[in-house]
Amino acid sequence: MKRLPILSLVLALLLAACAPKATGPQTLTVMTHDSFAASDSVIQAFEQANNVKVTFLKSGDAGAALNKAILSKSAPLADVFYGVDNTFLSRAVSADIYEPYASPALKDIPQEFQLDPSDRALPVDYGDVCINYDKGYFAEHNLAVPQSLDDLAKPAYKGLLVTENPASSSPGLAFLIATVKHFGDPGYVAYWKELRQNGLVVVDGWETAYYTNFSGSSGRGAQPMVVSYNTSPAAEVVLAPTPLADSPDASILAPDTCFRQIEFVGILKGTSQLALAQKFVDFTLSAKFQADMPLQMYVYPVLNGVTLPDAFVKYSPLPSQPVLLPADTIAQNRDRWIQAWTDAVLH
Amino acid sequence: MDPALASSAKAATRPGAAFASGSRLLLWTLPLAFLAIFFFLPFFRIIGVGLSLQAFTADNLRLAAETLLFTVYQAVLSTLLTVLLGLPCAVLFARYSFPGKSVLRALTAVPFMLPTVVVAAGFNALLGPRGWLNLTLMDALGLDAPPITFVGTLAAILVAHVFYNTTIVIRIVGNALSSLDPKLGQAARSLGADSARVWWHVILPLLRPSLLAACLLVFLFDFTSFGVILLLGGPSFATLEVQIYIQALQLLNLPLASLLAFVQLLCTLAFSIFYTRFAEGRLVQTSPRQASQNLRKFARPAEKAFIGIMLTIIILLFVLPMLALPLRSVSRLDAVRGQRGQIQPGLTTDYYSQLFVNSRDSVFYVPPVQAALNSLTYAAATIALSLLLGFPAAVALARPGPLERILDPVLIIPLGASAVTLGLGFILTFGRLLIHPWMVPLAHTLVALPFVIRVLQPALAAIPTRLRQAAASLGASPFRAWQTVDWPILGRATLSAASFAFTISLGEFGATTLVSRPEYPTIPIAIYRFLSQPGALNYGQAMAMATLLMVLTAAGIFLIEKLRLPGAGEF
Repeated sequence: MKRLPILSLVLALLLAACAPKATGPQTLTVMTHDSFAASDSVIQAFEQANNVKVTFLKSGDAGAALNKAILSKSAPLADVFYGVDNTFLSRAVSADIYEPYASPALKDIPQEFQLDPSDRALPVDYGDVCINYDKGYFAEHNLAVPQSLDDLAKPAYKGLLVTENPASSSPGLAFLIATVKHFGDPGYVAYWKELRQNGLVVVDGWETAYYTNFSGSSGRGAQPMVVSYNTSPAAEVVLAPTPLADSPDASILAPDTCFRQIEFVGILKGTSQLALAQKFVDFTLSAKFQADMPLQMYVYPVLNGVTLPDAFVKYSPLPSQPVLLPADTIAQNRDRWIQAWTDAVLH
Repeated sequence: MDPALASSAKAATRPGAAFASGSRLLLWTLPLAFLAIFFFLPFFRIIGVGLSLQAFTADNLRLAAETLLFTVYQAVLSTLLTVLLGLPCAVLFARYSFPGKSVLRALTAVPFMLPTVVVAAGFNALLGPRGWLNLTLMDALGLDAPPITFVGTLAAILVAHVFYNTTIVIRIVGNALSSLDPKLGQAARSLGADSARVWWHVILPLLRPSLLAACLLVFLFDFTSFGVILLLGGPSFATLEVQIYIQALQLLNLPLASLLAFVQLLCTLAFSIFYTRFAEGRLVQTSPRQASQNLRKFARPAEKAFIGIMLTIIILLFVLPMLALPLRSVSRLDAVRGQRGQIQPGLTTDYYSQLFVNSRDSVFYVPPVQAALNSLTYAAATIALSLLLGFPAAVALARPGPLERILDPVLIIPLGASAVTLGLGFILTFGRLLIHPWMVPLAHTLVALPFVIRVLQPALAAIPTRLRQAAASLGASPFRAWQTVDWPILGRATLSAASFAFTISLGEFGATTLVSRPEYPTIPIAIYRFLSQPGALNYGQAMAMATLLMVLTAAGIFLIEKLRLPGAGEF
């Protein structure tokens, strides 16, 4: 009996050696970022229709995943890449990692989302990076909700906003870009210095900002405003353990305060399964997948005519005037903006 | 040093005392082949692709120098604090018996494998701006603002490093302490030495090899710190590893990232060489001891005070921050959050029950039992692999020859090298093999191997050759001699090495995200999946999963340490 643990250890090892073997239908590998999600039944439908097994390779956040795809482009790790956004689009296209594919589904997708004229990266979803606020805090303190970026620098909001470091976080970068658009270059630097004076809190990434610092999340943090997504208030209602009458949070949707993030899907150059990869891209642009996205990834579908879940309509309306900047402008300036931001806010 | 000890120390380090050079090479084949394929090849491949002359600009070199300075500074401070706390803890666990000791000892090892996100949540619940301590102080003193700033300071980094790594000192030094021959201390005492003199002149010199090994391992963990710096230090602090991550994966500045990774590698090599030179020739052979021979009940008032103080510190530093997680995993905050007013937490088991249903029909859903099984399977494979590779290396290192003097520092390098860089090297080297199921335990073994070797080597070196010879001259067969002389010491060290491999594998996150197949996630990966989306259910389930991980690790360590190998000593 005394030897049992050793025996089970050996057994576990043997099991580990034999268990996961790839057999059966072909495999299609999809490289994506950590936030990717989809319904099991939806993916299964695609798998059954095409007799294929889809494997998702989650490769870090959006930037990390893309950089891994670029690094491995001579021997790609996957067939499809899902999730390059418009802040990284130019880099992805100029690194030449995609196979062009003019999917027939593109005709039902608004032109404004189709940022890559060569059809290497096809728009697949979008959302807005907006400031979320804790409704309870503002009600309790009788405080008006800020209505512009300028408001955030006012003494009334001292120490109330948490944002992410744009060098390590994509919502952080999105918010930085929104300020560049609004205040101009180099006007944004002075603005960030004002925010810093006004007790701005900066953390490394979204998880920390939202769950540790934001008072409107389960983490019960100290700041009632956080740079997050306009869909987060809907998520708080849908993903509550008990039904909520209203969302505890809302987004500031004033003009020029939100940055529109568009995500793209593309076929990786060098895939040995081009036809299947094309089918998968078509599938992500189909009504079935597009209708599934909102409650899985908390993003908006790009396809015309997809019905949105109630929670999106009620708690997560779109801003009327989000910030849009050409992908090329972002690509050419992002490193310099991040550096100037770092000098102004962190040093 | 007493002449008898000095002569046995000399015997222990006589070059080539035990093996011919042929069998030495044989011992090295497996561990070196492993390191060559899974460390040096991928690492130098990425450096080769990335590093170029254009990286050597004045700006880049200044950034490298500044970052290196801070990295070393915080690592030295953290290591000093960790040893300062770890040493008395090791004495407490190795020397005294008191109720609840095994549980408490297992608990001190739990932080070592907790994902940083979860640890940050724990510290925030305790010390954050709206944490328990600040709220209490604000209430008591009638303050408007939280009096204590913790998150985002150097203090937070240091405390978190101590929280994570004290277990290394407890386990490595404690292990050595309990196998010391108590007669040495007793002899000194009978010659009139007081406790302080016994410690200073007898026990500390004997502990030196294990103390140095523990220092090095702790230092390297602090030196390569990543998650703690990002999450608890905040964006105004950057170690080399953090800077490499930002440069390589966010800015795609591979030349600068490679330059930094190269600097980090050279420093690690320098530390390792420094350590091996410093630790050389200090090994002392002892007679094998049962750990219980070193145990005693506390009696004197001074001992009572010591134990009381240590238990208080351990509970404050280790148990309280961890307690926040199980508490959060059963508290419901949301029903009242919408209407606000005061937060009135209620109790709920919803988060646990939700773990067991795929209510969102997610393609990435994994039942908690499955995640636990995945984690345990990988851990078992890691234990087996790291012992298989670590044993021959430790055997050779225990009786070092000229070859070992070169190889010893090389074996330590993987622990101090940039994990981000190595990950990119894996992509270049292994391509689609990257997500082969064996890659996870192989990657974990890379981290566990230096620990396994550092734990086994002093034990192997301490095996008294004289006793073995004596046994042989009395007619014992080689096996019998091995069984009675070697095994009691080795068995204990093997268990200790296995428990290190176990914890490392269970908690490892960075390499696992890169190489694990999404359909076989480990528990830390499942925790991150929950935390990457908003919503109270996600947060609650992450806390519930983290609690499961804590329980699983504590139970695992508890069981491994309770395990009695037949004939071998206990812990």
